[in-house]
Amino acid sequence: MSQITKEEIRQPENLVYKKTELLTDNPLSYCPGCGHGTAHRVVMEVIDEMGIQEQTIGIAPVGCSVLAYEFMNVDMQQAAHGRAPALATAVKRLMPEKFVFTYQGDGDLAAIGTAETIHACNRGENIVIIFINNGIYGMTGGQMAPTTLPGMKSSTSPYGRDVALMGNPLKITELIAQLPGTLYVTRQAVHTPAAVRRAKRAVRKAFENQKLNKGLSFVEIVSNCNSGWKMTPNQSNEWMVENMFPFYPLGDIKVND
Amino acid sequence: MAKIKGDIVIDIEKCKGCSVCIPACPQDVIALSANVNSKGYHFAETVNDACTGCANCAIVCPDAVITVYRKKVE
Ligand SMILES: Cc1ncc(C[n+]2csc(CCOP(=O)(O)OP(=O)(O)O)c2C)c(N)n1
Ligand code: SF4
Ligand code: SF4
Ligand code: SF4
Repeated sequence: MSQITKEEIRQPENLVYKKTELLTDNPLSYCPGCGHGTAHRVVMEVIDEMGIQEQTIGIAPVGCSVLAYEFMNVDMQQAAHGRAPALATAVKRLMPEKFVFTYQGDGDLAAIGTAETIHACNRGENIVIIFINNGIYGMTGGQMAPTTLPGMKSSTSPYGRDVALMGNPLKITELIAQLPGTLYVTRQAVHTPAAVRRAKRAVRKAFENQKLNKGLSFVEIVSNCNSGWKMTPNQSNEWMVENMFPFYPLGDIKVND
Repeated sequence: MAKIKGDIVIDIEKCKGCSVCIPACPQDVIALSANVNSKGYHFAETVNDACTGCANCAIVCPDAVITVYRKKVE
């Protein structure tokens, strides 16, 4: 075989993958290995591929992704804690020609914002909700969230979540799938190449639904919080597969047309 | 026989040395460097020429710092 240099391979015509321009060049504020970065990229690649950058308005939450507008190169607003679906409702109703999405953690969406989540879903607003479930309050120091697994350690459940004392975890995604207002409800992950590809197809389907004015799509992404879980990134991804996925199984939960 | 050769370029200043790309590579091309970038992270680097340009590493990199190239070699 003839020899080929790295320079010959690294030519524009041989390019197969590079960071989408819909992610800004700002370094992400996330911990090394945090799935938030991959989830951002999945959403931005879909918007890039659909050619809807100019028509998209995102709503950032409170949580580690509070600065999402620094990284996502689309128009964005940032909502009070948990209120992203209410703000998204207003934006979409005022500007129905825009693509509107929220990006929220589990503390934001499933604790303080439960009412906004449930009512926006039940009303069937024509928006996309991206829900990053890492089972913990990442930003504030790893406190127990409604999504924290039974037995899972957090800074406020150092011996593990005792369900008898602290109550049951909330599977809010299964709950909102029951609501007549939701069209497409799915649970994905971004820890392996195959999972990222599947998550991207789900996010694409969600935005295509909005394009056709079909109704509300809800994409949960089960993700790691390696800092809060006190593990290395790769350990946290393995822990997620072993512990999170049995409780939060991946796949479509509701697919309507 | 035509063969596929790939290569990756890692933006080492933005790499956080998280190692998520390492198990994602089927060819064991990537390892963390003994050196650090200006932020103090042991950045990822290629350690052999076995890359096929499959893009797995770039697809899982949370910080989107990997660019992938692939060329057919006669
Ligand atoms: C009204 C209000 N209450 C509480 C807080 C404190 N706070 C900031 S982020 C956060 C939880 C974020 O957790 P999550 O939504 O799971 O996101 P993550 O950081 O894990 O991505 C809380 C309770 C706040 N900023 N505002
Ligand atoms: S605290 Fe957790 S969720 Fe927040 S950036 Fe770090 S790893 Fe990600
Ligand atoms: S996944 Fe990305 S940020 Fe993490 S070590 Fe690899 S190249 Fe660096
Ligand atoms: S492109 Fe594929 S083969 Fe090349 S380094 Fe990345 S994962 Fe490994």
